[in-house]
Parts: sequence; structure tokens; C-alpha cells
Amino acid sequence: MQIFSQPNYDFLRWRWHAIALSLVVIAAGIVLMATRGLPLGIDFSGGSSMVVRFSQDVTLDQVRNAVAALPGEEVVQQFGDPAERRVLIRLPQEEGVEEGAALEQASLRAEQALRSAGLPAFEVDNRELVGPVIGADLQRRGVYATLTSLLAITIYIAVRFRPSFAVGAIAATLHDVLVTLAFLMLFRYDISLNVVAAILTITGYSVNDTIVIFDRVRENLRSRRREPLAQVVNLSVNQTLGRTVITAGTTFLSVLALYLFGGEALEGFAFTMLVGVISGTYSTVFIASAIAIILSNQRGGRRPQAAVAPTAPSGEASERQAGRKPRRARAS
Amino acid sequence: MMKNLKWRIALIAVAIGLAVWAIVPPAEKIKLGLDLKGGVHLVLRVKTDDALKVETDTTVDRLRDSLTRAGVAFTKIEATSPTEFRVEGIQDDAAFRAQSVDAETVYDRTSEAGGYSYRMKPNVVNQLREETVAQALETIERRVNELGVAEPIVARYGPQDQILVQLPGVSDVRRAKEIIRSTARLELRLVEQGPFPSSEAALQAYNNALPPDAEILPGRSEGGGTAGAGSAVYYVVKKVPVVSGNDLRNAQQSLDEFNRPAVAFTLKQDAAVRFGSFTEANLGRGLAIILDGRVMTAPTIQGRITDSGQITGITREEMLDQVITLKSGALPASMDYLEERTVGPSLGQDSIRAGITASLAGLTLVVLFMIFYYRLTGLNAVVSIVVNLLILLGLMAAIPVTMTLPGVAGFILTIGMGVDSNVLIFERIKEELTTSRGVRAAVNAGFDRVWWTIVDTHVSSLIAALLLLQFGTGPIRGFAVTLIIGLLSNVFTAVFVSRTMFELILSRRQQAQALSI
Repeated sequence: MQIFSQPNYDFLRWRWHAIALSLVVIAAGIVLMATRGLPLGIDFSGGSSMVVRFSQDVTLDQVRNAVAALPGEEVVQQFGDPAERRVLIRLPQEEGVEEGAALEQASLRAEQALRSAGLPAFEVDNRELVGPVIGADLQRRGVYATLTSLLAITIYIAVRFRPSFAVGAIAATLHDVLVTLAFLMLFRYDISLNVVAAILTITGYSVNDTIVIFDRVRENLRSRRREPLAQVVNLSVNQTLGRTVITAGTTFLSVLALYLFGGEALEGFAFTMLVGVISGTYSTVFIASAIAIILSNQRGGRRPQAAVAPTAPSGEASERQAGRKPRRARAS
Repeated sequence: MMKNLKWRIALIAVAIGLAVWAIVPPAEKIKLGLDLKGGVHLVLRVKTDDALKVETDTTVDRLRDSLTRAGVAFTKIEATSPTEFRVEGIQDDAAFRAQSVDAETVYDRTSEAGGYSYRMKPNVVNQLREETVAQALETIERRVNELGVAEPIVARYGPQDQILVQLPGVSDVRRAKEIIRSTARLELRLVEQGPFPSSEAALQAYNNALPPDAEILPGRSEGGGTAGAGSAVYYVVKKVPVVSGNDLRNAQQSLDEFNRPAVAFTLKQDAAVRFGSFTEANLGRGLAIILDGRVMTAPTIQGRITDSGQITGITREEMLDQVITLKSGALPASMDYLEERTVGPSLGQDSIRAGITASLAGLTLVVLFMIFYYRLTGLNAVVSIVVNLLILLGLMAAIPVTMTLPGVAGFILTIGMGVDSNVLIFERIKEELTTSRGVRAAVNAGFDRVWWTIVDTHVSSLIAALLLLQFGTGPIRGFAVTLIIGLLSNVFTAVFVSRTMFELILSRRQQAQALSI
């Protein structure tokens, strides 16, 4: 069985359309971020959140009214299955509060408010209090980890393949991070620790996909020395299309299971992964190779001589060669 | 060829056997994180400045003493920050320098108009901070052990002055937090005057000019219980304690003469000698028993006391907590809570159930898809996913790696992304089948050609996962470790296990013409 039998789509013809579409999505995300601000969860912004389980049914409005008088802007949400009667209450970082004993003040006051509001009995299932020091520290480390990860992968690809490919792969990955952020903004998810973990996973996953195509390009370059790079890349994208789509499919299926059944606590993570998997597959096919080609073309029109493996005199020999350790494409 | 195959099958069987042996029984072998088991995760910051301040204050006191004793004139000596102090109005420079030699081993001196300013040497500052955190860590460990929590974690965390405390299954979080944090600095000091109803009244008794060696401390009203605003009392006490926390040998539960809860404490040998002569010299005066800057009781000294004392007028809960904190020793500095995450056991249970449901659903979907799409060869992929998951769980149990909620996500991702290598190989075999000569050659070519692709993809994923490990706190680390182990064992299952299965199937047939793929 085969999804695509002998696929031969001209992906590269659409490269400018694809880049334009992606830019629109990313721009929309950036506009949302600029106008609304990045919706940092309490992991990064500091503040308190608590999950309260009531013994009898309550409406969210009842809970909202109970905590309305507290300082700052509270968020009250259903947490998980309504039958569990769990409600998530998030309280902002209090202004000018010092570290220390004050950390739990907001949540204690919220508990007090719920108790005096005449709501049914409840117990606190989960309480998270994050001080500004920890939040700022995590913010720094999150940004640092994402950027270092991108840089390390770029270097690896530049060494294993060639610099223009590294730029293509990293552009595709950065694209996925930005598109995912745009969708998180659009669907109003908070940037929590788990979401950042998912974004970092996406960087690995997206590059994964791209590397499979680049590996094929490298292999094909050995046997098709006379063809223009664009044609070889397009052929490689087509040859690996089945694998790209199936892998995206299986990853999507497992993340979908996580999204549907994994529970409230992992929902943000699963949503981020869902968007990231789709964006990662799209960027692999349309963005990564397009940018690699655009960059290669700018540097001389035809592909550089040095990219050809020196010990591949004929097609037959190069096929055997391809099975073993591939030689590094040396930069000219 | 056949012999080779047998060895490979044996190796795979051993790997599976070891993994199963490591996992069974899962409830005992797989360690669950706080987010699944319930409990509290705390991050504290040790205010190391406190310890520096103590060092500077002590140095200032000692220098003032020795200057006074040696009759060296100066107008003022005071601490200006936790690490700095200043001496002003020195007449006889040579005589002063003779007294300040000691201080200058720890502090750097700079000349100022009519005096000197001193700043603690940077290496001393670092060393003191380091010691303070290490000491705080030990003290917290002892207290946590006294609390009787199973499998607690107390460890250094992130930047140098932070400490992580994880207490699984603790129900009374507030009490645990108080016990961990209370400085438990016990001091016995002589009472100058008191009690007074307010600090203003205390000040007025001295015409608003306290003697330089005394200070006002809050106390608690007689009769015990928590002191409300109305019943607050204040004492004027000496600044220098006769006995401090370091002199304490032991503390235990006790009762006072009215059968009310009390904490009895005993002193170390040398402190007992000092305390004996002190009480003898101060018969009839008040002795303040001060805990964390608060006068607990201030009994009158009735006779010579050597090595024991009592804290009275407390509730039963206070008694229990104070025994724990006093026994485990005083903290060298006060601490702040930076982060607290509490998960109730019922939420943890629900998360485990959701995690298992999601894993099974993910596995089922992927298995169905692989068999539908690759037919019999799909079974091959299914076996390698299952073996991969077994090895992953086995290694997690053996290392051990704590299973957290994000770890569950890593587990499910391993299911989805793990088949990637299989798909890569299968698709290549399909391609080779159209061009190449026979099934066996196609299978071999398929595996050989994608090997370096698999290496490249795994290395890039590992880079991302390793940085995640660097970035992550508790739960995220669980996710990163799960991903890393999953990636590594995936290379083994997707390449080695899967290839062995192909060869096993092909070896059964004389002339393999078709492959169900």
C-alpha cells in the first residue's frame, strides 16, 4: 500500500507562496503578541494558581463572584471533566510583594473568600505559588535553552551537510516555533513550563524531518551531478514524501491521544505539539528546502562543486558508496 | 548467517528479559513524581546575607571591646552593610592598628578621613555564603527526617543560594513549611526590665535612651496561647546572649509544673559551666528564653542552674514543632520560600489514570495504522515499538528516573516518534523493491541506506532533549530524560530488533519473492 505512488509534485514552484503564507501567520502572531503581550503562565510571570474541588456542583460565576473582590485580575476556569467539580483559580503576582511569607498570602486570601461566600465545602487539590525570582529565572533559562538548542542543531547540520542547508533547517525550525506561538496566542493558551518543553521538542522534531530530506538530497547529488540543485531537491522531497507524511501521521495520532485523554494538566503541552507537528511537516516540505535552494542559488547560481562527493565516479559506484558513511560536504 | 541470527535473537531476548525484570512489579519499581503521587515541592532561598551580617556584627563587637579594653580612643564604630563596617575618630593610629590585626585577616581595610572602612574579603564572602547554604541544607535534612516523610528530597537547586525540598504525600503542608523555615535560634539573655505593654512604654522607662547593650524584643503574654494584638508584651533585654543555639545539646517533650506542654532542653558541657556561674551571679533577676527573636518566657532566676531549662506557656502543637526544630539545630540564616507546588493525592490519581488511558489510546492508534498501512511488516514495527517501550520503562526503573506528568507525555511521544525510524526503513525498502533484485537485497539496501539518516535525526533530537534537561526543573527533567532514553533505545529496536525480525522471516523461506509491506 502506498499513499503516493511515484509522487512528482513541483513543490519548489510554490516556494514563494509558502513563504508568504508563513510570513502572514507569523506576522499575525507577532501582532497579537505586541498588542496583547505574551501570555506568560505563572511558571514564568510568578503568581498563584489553585485547583479547588467542590463537594457539590457550583457554577463558575459563583466562584468568580466569590473571588472578585480580591486584588488583581483573577482567572476562573473549569478544570478537567465538569463531573469532577474541579475549578482552577489563578491569581496574579501581587504588586510590590516581597519574597517569602507573602508568597502564600494571595492563595490563602482566596481560600478565605471562597469559604465566606457560602459555597459548598471544598478542598484544595493543587496549589502552585511561584515567586518573581523563580519566574524570572525560568524565563531566562527557557529563552536560553531554546536559542542554544537552535544554535547547536545549526552547527551540527552545517558540519554534517553544508551551511546553506543549516540555515534552511533552522529557518524551518524557527518558523515552527513562531507559527506555534502564533496559534497559542490565537487560542489563548498560556505559555507554561510544559508549553516551552513542547516547543523545545518541536525544534528537535522539525529538524528531524528536514534532515531526512537533506540526507536524501546529499545522496542524490552524488548520482545526479549534472542536474540543477533545485531539481534534485524537489526529487528528494518527493522521494521522502511518503515517510514525511506517515511519520507526521503517527506522531499526530499519539499526540492527539494525549490531547484527548491526557487530562487537563497536559492539554497545553498536547495542543502545542499538535500545532508543531503540522507546522513541522509543512515547513519541512515547503520552507526548509526552499530556503536552502534560495541561499545556494545566491551563492553562484549552480551548486558548488565541493558538494559532490569526490569518490563517486559513476552512478553504480556512488549507489554502493551511499550505503556507507557519507562523506561530509566540504564548504568551498 | 543462521548462527549469527541466533545470537542476535538471544541478545534481544536478554534485553527484554532484563527490562521486564526491572519493571515487575510496576507499582514498586516505577518511581512516581510529586505531580502523580501527591505532595509538596518547595524552593527556598537562604538569606546568606544574614550570616554575613552576624559575622560583621560579631567582628564589630569584638573590636569595640578590645579597643575599649586597650584604652584606644575612637568616636564611632558601626556596621554599614552586612559585609562592611567603619571606624571613625581614631587618635592614635598605631595603637588602633595593633588591635585591628585580627579583623584584617577577614576584612580589607581602606583609609578614610579620620578613620578606616572595612570590607569583607571576596573569598571570605563566598566561603561564608557557601558554608551557610551547606549548613542550612543539613539542618533542613534533619528536620525533614524528623517529620517522618518517606523518600524526601532535599538538595541544592539552581543558583547557589537555593534549596529544593520535595515531600511526597505530606498532608499538612503549612506545618511542614513552618518547621522547615523556622530559624529555631534559641537564646538565653538577661532581662533588664519588663514586661511592658508596648515598645513605647519600654522606651519611656529609659527616658527614650536605651543603654547601648540592650534592646527591646516582643514577648508573649503570660498564660500561653497565641498572643493577640491586645495582649502583646515587650521586654528590654541584653543584646548579648549568655547561651545560644550552638550550646544546645538536646531538646525533648516535657510538662511544666501545671502539667502544661513544655519543651525541656539541656546544654553542652562548657555552656553548662558558663550558665552555672552566670545564674549564680544574677539570682533574682529575669532570664529571657528567646526563640527566633521572640521572648517565649522570662522566669526569675531562683537558684543556680547548670545544664537544663524549659520553654513553657506553649500549645501542644508548638511543643511538637519546637522539639523538632531545636533538636535539628538552628538555621544559620533565615529563609524565604520562592516556589511552592502542592498536588493533592486525588488529582495525582486522576493524572495517572489519564496518562495510562492516553498511552494506551496512542499505542492502539499507532499500531492500527502501522498494520493497516504496512500489513505484516507493520507487525514488525509494532514489535519494535513495544520492545522500545519495555526497554524505556526498564531503564527508568533501573536508573531510576522519576515518572512525572510531562514524563508521561514523553512516553507517548516516544510511541509516535519511535515509529519514525521504522517508517524511514520501510519506505526505503519499498523503493528498493521497485528497482532492485529480490526481497533480500532490498531489505539489506533499505537498512544500510537509512542508517546515517537515522543517526543524524537522532543526534539532532538528542541535542534538543539535552538542552531541555539543562533548562528543566523537576517535571521537565523527567520529560527530557524519558525522551533521551526513548531515543537511544529506539536506535536499538528500530534498527537491530527490526532487522533481526526481517532476517528471521526471510531465513524461513527458500526463495523470498514477495514481502508484505
